[in-house]
Amino acid sequence: MSKFGLITKGLLKENPTFVLVLGMCPTLATTTSAMNGLEMGLATMFVLILSNIVISLIAPVVPDKVHIPVYIVVIATFVTVLQLLMQAFVPQVYETLGLFIPLIVVNCIVLGRAEAFACKNSVGDSALDGIGIGLGFTLSLTVIGIVREILGSGSLFGWKFISGDGILAFVMAPGAFLVLGYLMVLFNKLAKR
Amino acid sequence: MTEYLLIIVSAIFVNNIVLAQFLGVCPFLGVSNKLSTATGMSGAVCFVITLATVVTYLINKYFLVPLGLTFLQTIAFILVIAALVQIVEIVLKKISPSLYQALGIFLPLITTNCAVLGVALNVVTKEFTFGDAAHMLNLGEATVYALATSLGYGLAMVLFAGMREQLAMNDVPKSFKGLPIALITVGIMAMAFLGFSGIV
Amino acid sequence: MAAKSNLKNMALSLTLVCLVCSAVLGCVYAVTSGPIKDAEIAKTNASIARVLPAFEGQPSAETVEVDGNMFNYYRVPGAGYAVISTVGGFGGPLSLMVGIGEDGIICNTVVLSHSETPGLGAKCQTEASFIDQFKGWDPAAKRLAVTKDGGDVDAITASTITSRAYSAAIANAYNVYLKLRENE
Repeated sequence: MSKFGLITKGLLKENPTFVLVLGMCPTLATTTSAMNGLEMGLATMFVLILSNIVISLIAPVVPDKVHIPVYIVVIATFVTVLQLLMQAFVPQVYETLGLFIPLIVVNCIVLGRAEAFACKNSVGDSALDGIGIGLGFTLSLTVIGIVREILGSGSLFGWKFISGDGILAFVMAPGAFLVLGYLMVLFNKLAKR
Repeated sequence: MTEYLLIIVSAIFVNNIVLAQFLGVCPFLGVSNKLSTATGMSGAVCFVITLATVVTYLINKYFLVPLGLTFLQTIAFILVIAALVQIVEIVLKKISPSLYQALGIFLPLITTNCAVLGVALNVVTKEFTFGDAAHMLNLGEATVYALATSLGYGLAMVLFAGMREQLAMNDVPKSFKGLPIALITVGIMAMAFLGFSGIV
Repeated sequence: MAAKSNLKNMALSLTLVCLVCSAVLGCVYAVTSGPIKDAEIAKTNASIARVLPAFEGQPSAETVEVDGNMFNYYRVPGAGYAVISTVGGFGGPLSLMVGIGEDGIICNTVVLSHSETPGLGAKCQTEASFIDQFKGWDPAAKRLAVTKDGGDVDAITASTITSRAYSAAIANAYNVYLKLRENE
């Protein structure tokens, strides 16, 4: 696969949200607004790229039977680094995303990429794979966030274009499932063409 | 006593772990095709969440907090959970082969079920208000909270699996087949559960 | 591909990974602990500045027990007290910082954290007509309860439970103030 293909495959062909259907929890929980979705996507991408790089480096020397625990420790380390950096420099964002930052550890996308890609490819390719999948995830979360924010609060990236409230159900729990479901329908429809 | 009752009602219905907190959604969507597998998974999750919460609570209180290492919570908890799942698997295989047959295949999946880590982290970091004053949970409350939360998980899972079995027999438009229609169904379920909010 | 497993290299690789990771985390923690503390202090100070008149210097954090519950508060010399008060709202804990002047008059209130319903109870953070009624409120003269319960607080439309919780949180903070005055 070309280097360019590695980056773009995450956007459509192997889109983590709409095609692989991985990492549903943060996808549903943090997309109450476009900005929140974008921030969550970027946070996940940070961990994904770094863990992909390190895992592709250490994979050849890690004994087969303990590779999962070793990968989890590596991922958890980067998640904790991210937690500390966010608390120090963007505490506001850390507070909004809350529990879902530490939960990146158990996001199946991160461990999934380590198992499916990083452990058998070169460092460079793994980094690009991390960027590609990370971008795909960020894009999906932002799109869901945009839809929910427009319908639910009548605003876009915080810029309000109607006075008063939107359809509140869309910023609450049911809206998350409904928007994701209908976007998936749309994605299927377009992808099948 | 009323406090425990409040915790139970709140954790099962009002703040349902899947439908209101979005934890453990992947396995919720993944193994809810059949009622029997859904029941098995719920049982395994129940067991592991309760056990993991108690163990991580104790580790946090008597090890991480006194040493000032609370920033290691994430990494410590996930390792404890991974190890616990392994131990449960081995012990179950030895002492109750029939239970192992029922739950065994779900156990490896549970390590990466964010419901387990989510509940464990929630219990040690969040303040709760059951009754009057806001406070951190004590061990008894944490155990009840974990058990009730996982029962809520089981309830949502079993209800949803029942609906999905019916859905599978219906003629669904092609683009809606599979996950999309499932997600929309969950959305409507979540709306129904929203009706519980405010009762505690 | 992956190396063959035996007990020695399995134990070795796990130990090594854990050691390296804890070293990395230790370093990152050492670097970030300062900024994290600063960020927390900046956040508290910003809240205190909103609920009390202008002050100088660093307010000191203290704790007091009232009716069996612990309350955190900040003593701001010359301005008054900023009391943190948490009660159960509609969706979960509702945490306020309440600024009370030396004379016992409520200066202002600010929501620190909440889990109220968006568009309904969550308005307790944004609806000016609700929040502003507490500015200059004298709890000795006016009752801190919603009108439905025979008090003087005008509730947010369709969010009586949140308004009730908000009032109760302020009333608790006022009790803290009374206790502190008594001790002084």
